[in-house]
Amino acid sequence: MKFGTRLLHNGNEIDDKTGALSIPIYQVATFNQANLGQQQEFDYSRSGNPTRKALESTIAILEGGAAGFAFSSGMAATSSVLSIFNAGDHIIVCEDVYGGTYRAVSQMFSRFDLQATFIDASDLVVIPGVIKTNTKAIFLETPSNPLLKITDLAAVIKIAQAHNLLVIVDNTFMSPYLQRPLELGADIVIHSATKFIGGHSDVVGGLVVARDEALAQRIYAIQNGFGAILGPQDSWLLLRGLKTLKVRMDVQQKNAGILADWLTQNPAVAEVFYPALPDHPGREIHYNQADGAGAVLSFKTTTVGQALGFFSKVSLAAVAVSLGGVETIASYPVRMSHASMPLEQRIKLGITDNLIRISVGIEDINDLLTDFEQALA
Amino acid sequence: MTLRLDSLLVHGYKGSDDYTGSVSFPIYQSATFRHPGLNRSTGYDYSRSENPTREQLENTIALLEEGTKGFAFSSGMAAISTVMELFSPGDHIIVSEDLYGGTYRLFEEILKKRGLEFSYIDSSTQANLEHSVQPNTRGIFIETPTNPMMRVTDISAAAGLAATNEIKLIVDNTFLTPYYQRPLTLGADIVVHSGTKYLGGHNDTLAGLLVVKDDETAEQIKVIQKSIGAVLAPFDSWLILRGIKTLAVRLDKQQANALQIADWLNNDLRVERVYYVGLPDHPGYVICKKQSSGFGGMISFAVRDQQSIEKILNNVKLLSFAESLGGVESLITYPVLQTHAAIPEHIRCRLGVDEKLLRLSVGIENSLDIIADLDQALG
Repeated sequence: MKFGTRLLHNGNEIDDKTGALSIPIYQVATFNQANLGQQQEFDYSRSGNPTRKALESTIAILEGGAAGFAFSSGMAATSSVLSIFNAGDHIIVCEDVYGGTYRAVSQMFSRFDLQATFIDASDLVVIPGVIKTNTKAIFLETPSNPLLKITDLAAVIKIAQAHNLLVIVDNTFMSPYLQRPLELGADIVIHSATKFIGGHSDVVGGLVVARDEALAQRIYAIQNGFGAILGPQDSWLLLRGLKTLKVRMDVQQKNAGILADWLTQNPAVAEVFYPALPDHPGREIHYNQADGAGAVLSFKTTTVGQALGFFSKVSLAAVAVSLGGVETIASYPVRMSHASMPLEQRIKLGITDNLIRISVGIEDINDLLTDFEQALA
Repeated sequence: MTLRLDSLLVHGYKGSDDYTGSVSFPIYQSATFRHPGLNRSTGYDYSRSENPTREQLENTIALLEEGTKGFAFSSGMAAISTVMELFSPGDHIIVSEDLYGGTYRLFEEILKKRGLEFSYIDSSTQANLEHSVQPNTRGIFIETPTNPMMRVTDISAAAGLAATNEIKLIVDNTFLTPYYQRPLTLGADIVVHSGTKYLGGHNDTLAGLLVVKDDETAEQIKVIQKSIGAVLAPFDSWLILRGIKTLAVRLDKQQANALQIADWLNNDLRVERVYYVGLPDHPGYVICKKQSSGFGGMISFAVRDQQSIEKILNNVKLLSFAESLGGVESLITYPVLQTHAAIPEHIRCRLGVDEKLLRLSVGIENSLDIIADLDQALG
């Protein structure tokens, strides 16, 4: 079965009891227990809910893992995964990770003595040097946010395995349609499902997939114990969103490719970051581990004034945080996704005041180009 | 900025909430609205009369169909029932003969008793339409393409006839949606939809939509909608709005799949005949090319061996044997027992809706997977 078919037919789409082609929304907190003392599958919706289970099972199948877990946000998913570690453990994190992840690791988990070293993971030579005796995991994003830097997943996984480290990959930008890190040997995949998986900018959610049963049990203990679970209604909306993941992503990616090429020709644009561009660093590695370049790109205008002008003039694209929806979104990383990153770190990474990030939607590309043309003029 | 249709689908009437900037329109799950004072209204009084979320859907469908006003109902049949309230006892309506069985049942079992008269004709021939006009004819109700025989009516020609005789032309546009066909721009007066189908697109919401061209009809429909009260709920309105955002990407994929599947069926010896508007030898191909920008994702086909029907319906795995159509999942339907069971046998047989006919609503799966499933089910 091809991926586009599996999105719709993976065993979680039909209600066995009635034949309903839409899985029921079990908007319930608790379940009647028929026989006291006899274990039944569902007893309380924090521990398990049939609608959430359909979503969790679907994402596990799509990512090729043993079990999936749904959380109330992408950060709840990331925080729950980080909670499987103990005080005194050390993790390595790619330095241009999402600003929210950076904040959670450096300001919150640090208070519980989860130590972290931020590195440029696209530079493989650096990694062995920062591995310590208490290092337990490497946390990656590829392509990274917002500069689309590429990390060689197979190479990092090889190093990690040699040192017995877990590899955690935030796969939000690619979705399982374009990249499946578990197939390359990663241990845990995280998604902000708010993005491409939900796909309509109308649900906040997070997903986690674990490679094997033992790891799944560690994550389940946190999900059930900490309790940052996704509600039934939102689980159902994410399932609905997943059905059109391929048809959305195909059009978004095609639009992104055209927009990236067009931007490279625009006089107001100094630099474009998009993995499909011929001179994008790591392009070849990316295409070895992913089936496409995705639909997020960034660019730098020649002057900061042009960037600010773009945001005041752009009209079809929404000026907003978030990404991955059917509507095009223009973000200003220094004030939005990466506002929580210290200035010094931002400058080091190249997240400058003239940087614009675009999540390309499924509008007609000619309408987008018309809008960008006037906004950059 | 004037947007192209595929951009309009994503952004709808408003695109975002003015108050907060939310890019998803709010779900106003409210029955009533607080008045600022005596004789003052916010524009919203009671959700049967008007609800902001339903209004956003109604404005969006009006924009897409290029009409003046849209209306949302709790099902496609509720939309059709509402539009039929425009007529009075003694009025005569001309109807496409192979239309959805539920519409036929409404006309024959309910509206006839209330004094409406109906003539069922093959509206794909203009002469049939012309010959059916009587002094008391007030309406023409057509589906094009028809369900399930895919006959195509020339909407402009029918509209010309309707205008000359002061008849209202009503077009059920469920099969092609405004993305591929906009009957109001071709001269029709009213468009109806089962929003459950392509507009919703996920087999998970029932809805009906109606769009009118002139303000006078809009006023009349508004009174009927509010009085009868078969309105669409706020959450379902929001789900249909969400569905419309992906209409173009879904329908483009469904049509691409349908073209391949129709071709495959056409070359299969177990299949006697294929009815798909996108096949160049289909009788309605030329007119469809003229009045629509696509052929859609609906295919009917007759098998050679009637005995194989049960086996096919039992053996399909990827396809669901189910009623309805237009969703992302492929469905196979047996019209004679399901959608068209309400139509008398002699009419069904004349139309070709017989024991050998199956109807396919093509989804967005990979076309090779759909073909493989049909291949094994055909046995």
